[in-house]
Amino acid sequence: MSSDTTMAEPILTATNLSVGFMRGGKEMKAVDDISFSVAAGETLGLVGESGSGKTTIGRAILRLLPSANTTSEGSITYKGADITGLSKTDMRNMRGRLQMIFQDPLSSFNPRRNVEDIVAEGLVIQGRPATDRRERVKAALADVGFDLEAVAGRRPHQFSGGQCQRIAIARALAVQPELIVCDEPVASLDVSVQAQVINLLQDIRESRKLALIFISHDLAVVKNVSDRVAVLYMGRIVEIGTGPEIYERPAHPYTRTLLEAVPVVDASRKLEPDGRRTVMPSRNRPQSGCAFRGRCPRASTICETTIPILGQAPRGQMVACHHPHDEPAPGIAAA
Amino acid sequence: MDASVTSRAILSCSNMTCELDSVSGPLNILHDINFSINPRRALGIVGESGAGKSMLVKAIMGIAPRSLRIHGKIELDGQDLSKLRPKVRQKLIGRRVGIVFQNPMTSLNPFVQIGRQIEDSGRVHLRLNHREAKRRAIELLSLVGIADPEDCYDYYPHQFSGGMKQRIMIAAALICEPDLLIADEATTALDVTVQKEVLDLLQTIQAERQMSMILVSHNLGVVAGRTDEILVLYGGSVVEYGPTAEVFRNPRHRYTEALLSAMPRMDQPAHTRLRTIPGQPPNLTSRPKGCPFAPRCPAAQAKCHEVMPTMSPALAPGHRFACHFPLPEIARPVIAEFANVQ
Repeated sequence: MSSDTTMAEPILTATNLSVGFMRGGKEMKAVDDISFSVAAGETLGLVGESGSGKTTIGRAILRLLPSANTTSEGSITYKGADITGLSKTDMRNMRGRLQMIFQDPLSSFNPRRNVEDIVAEGLVIQGRPATDRRERVKAALADVGFDLEAVAGRRPHQFSGGQCQRIAIARALAVQPELIVCDEPVASLDVSVQAQVINLLQDIRESRKLALIFISHDLAVVKNVSDRVAVLYMGRIVEIGTGPEIYERPAHPYTRTLLEAVPVVDASRKLEPDGRRTVMPSRNRPQSGCAFRGRCPRASTICETTIPILGQAPRGQMVACHHPHDEPAPGIAAA
Repeated sequence: MDASVTSRAILSCSNMTCELDSVSGPLNILHDINFSINPRRALGIVGESGAGKSMLVKAIMGIAPRSLRIHGKIELDGQDLSKLRPKVRQKLIGRRVGIVFQNPMTSLNPFVQIGRQIEDSGRVHLRLNHREAKRRAIELLSLVGIADPEDCYDYYPHQFSGGMKQRIMIAAALICEPDLLIADEATTALDVTVQKEVLDLLQTIQAERQMSMILVSHNLGVVAGRTDEILVLYGGSVVEYGPTAEVFRNPRHRYTEALLSAMPRMDQPAHTRLRTIPGQPPNLTSRPKGCPFAPRCPAAQAKCHEVMPTMSPALAPGHRFACHFPLPEIARPVIAEFANVQ
C-alpha cells in the first residue's frame, strides 16, 4: 500500500505495521496492517475508542512493547532507515531523536529523584558531559515555563498534575528529539490546565519544527492540535486525512458516529436522547468483513464478506469503507 | 406522599459549609452552598478537581468521611437531614435518592452476581421479598438496555464491559424508585460513543420516571444540553448558578467564562490558541479572605482580595453569580428579528 498524501518529506513512516498479543495460545491483533507517515513539524492525531490500538502504535514506534507474547510485523522507518530491527544499543541512541510523553506523568517519574535529575535522565543515557547537561536541562525547563533555580531539588509529588506534565515535556525535549509521541498527554488534566499544556505543545512544535504523534480519545483536543488525523477502529485505520477533511467531510460512518457523540458545549437547545446502542464486536473472535459493520447504519452484504481496504475517498482523504459518505458532516451543513 | 412533592423542592441545601481536619489544619471543603432542585428538573454541578463536587454529593448522601463537619441545612423532601436520627436518615436517603459513581469497577462487588447487587437496596429499604426483588431487577436490566436480562441476572461484573457495568449501576440506583438520581462523573471513564448512550439513557429514564437528576461533571459539554440548571463550583464556593442555557449564553462570573474559553471546541479551526487560566486552584487550608478566584482573575481589584463576594440577587431568569465586577450582560437576541429574517 502506498503511503498517504503528505506534503513534506516524511521523517517517520510505518508500513503494514501489525502488532499482536498472545492470549491463552491465541493471537489478538491490537494493531492490524497500519501504514502512515509523519513529516517534520507536522502533528498527526490518532483517535479512537479504548482498545482501538492507539497506545500500541505509540509504543511500537518507541519499541516499548514487551518482547514476550508479542508478535509484530511490518516496518517503521526513521528518515529512511528501518528501526524495527535495531539492536538495544542502537535503539537507545535512536531514542535521542524519538521521545514519548505518557498519560500519567507521576507514574512515569521516579518519586525519589528531583526534577533536574528527572529531566537530565535522557541526557545521562545519551552520555552527555555533566556541564552540557545542566545547560540543556535549564533550557528545557525554561521552554516549559520553569526556572531551574526555583525548582531545583524539588521532587515530583511537590508539583501539581499540570506541572508534572510540563516536566515530562521538558524531559522529552532535553535530548532535542525530532519526533515526540504524546500518549493522552492531557487526559488526566483539568480544563484550565489542559489548555496550558496544549498551547505549550503548539509553541514547542512551531519553534523546534518538531513532529508530534498525538494520541487522544478527545476529538476536540485532537482537532485543535493536529494537521492530519487518523481514525482507528479495532486496530485498523478506517480514515486518515487532513483535519478539515476528517472533521468537515468525514467519509467513514465510524468517524461520523464518533463526531456525533462528542459532548458539545452548546446549551442553547436541549439534546434529544436517542436509544442507539453500541454492540462491540469481540476482539478474540474476529468477524468476517468490516469490523464496524455491526454498528454501521450503511452496512450491506459486501461488508459481511470483504474487509474494506484504505483507498481514496471522493474528497481527498483515505478511507476504508465500501460505502463512504460524500456529504458534509451534519453540523457543518447547518453552519 | 407523592402528591405533596409537586410544588416544593425535592432537595435543597442552605448555607452549607463543610470542613475537614488535616495535618496542616482544617480544610474548608465547601463554603456557604445554597441551591435547590425541584421535582423533574435536572441540575448540573461542574467544577475542576478539588472544587468540592464529590464532597458535596457525599455530604448530601450521608457517606462523607466521619470527620467531615457539616454546617447548614440539607433538606430532602422538606425534612432537615441533620435533625433526623442516623437510622432514619439513612432509610430516607436510601429510599429517595439513587446514586451512580464514576467507576463501576469499584462500586460493584466482583464476587456477587449482578442481579443480587441490583436488588440489594430494594431488599433493605423496601423489604422486598426474593421473588419481587428479582422481578424488579430483571425489569430494570431490560430498562437500562441489557439484552437477555433473565440470563444476565446471574452474571458476574467481569462479564460486562465498562459501559454495561455503568448501566447495571444505574439499574441498581433505580431499584427503590428514587425521586432523585445523582450521577457523580458517571460517564467520565467511558468512551465518547458509550458516554453519549449512557447520558441519553439517564435523560430518558429521568423523563419517564419523572425524577429529578443531578449530573456532576468536570466536562461542561456533558451538562450543556442535558440539564435545566447549572451550578459552577470553584474552590468550594458556588460562583455561578442559573438556568443552563442562560449561564452558557452569558456567563457573568469570570471563572465560568474562562473555563468555557479554555475548552477546545469542535467549531474552532485547528491550532486555535486556547485561553489559559494562569495560576493554581486555591489552597483549601488557607482560604483567602476575598474571592477564591481573585488570584487568577484578570479583572481582580483590591476589593476582590479583601471581601468575599456574595451571591447576586436572582437576575432575569434566576441567574445568580458571586462576583464584584461581573462581565457585562449580553443582550438577548430579539425574537422578532429572527422572525423577520426567516
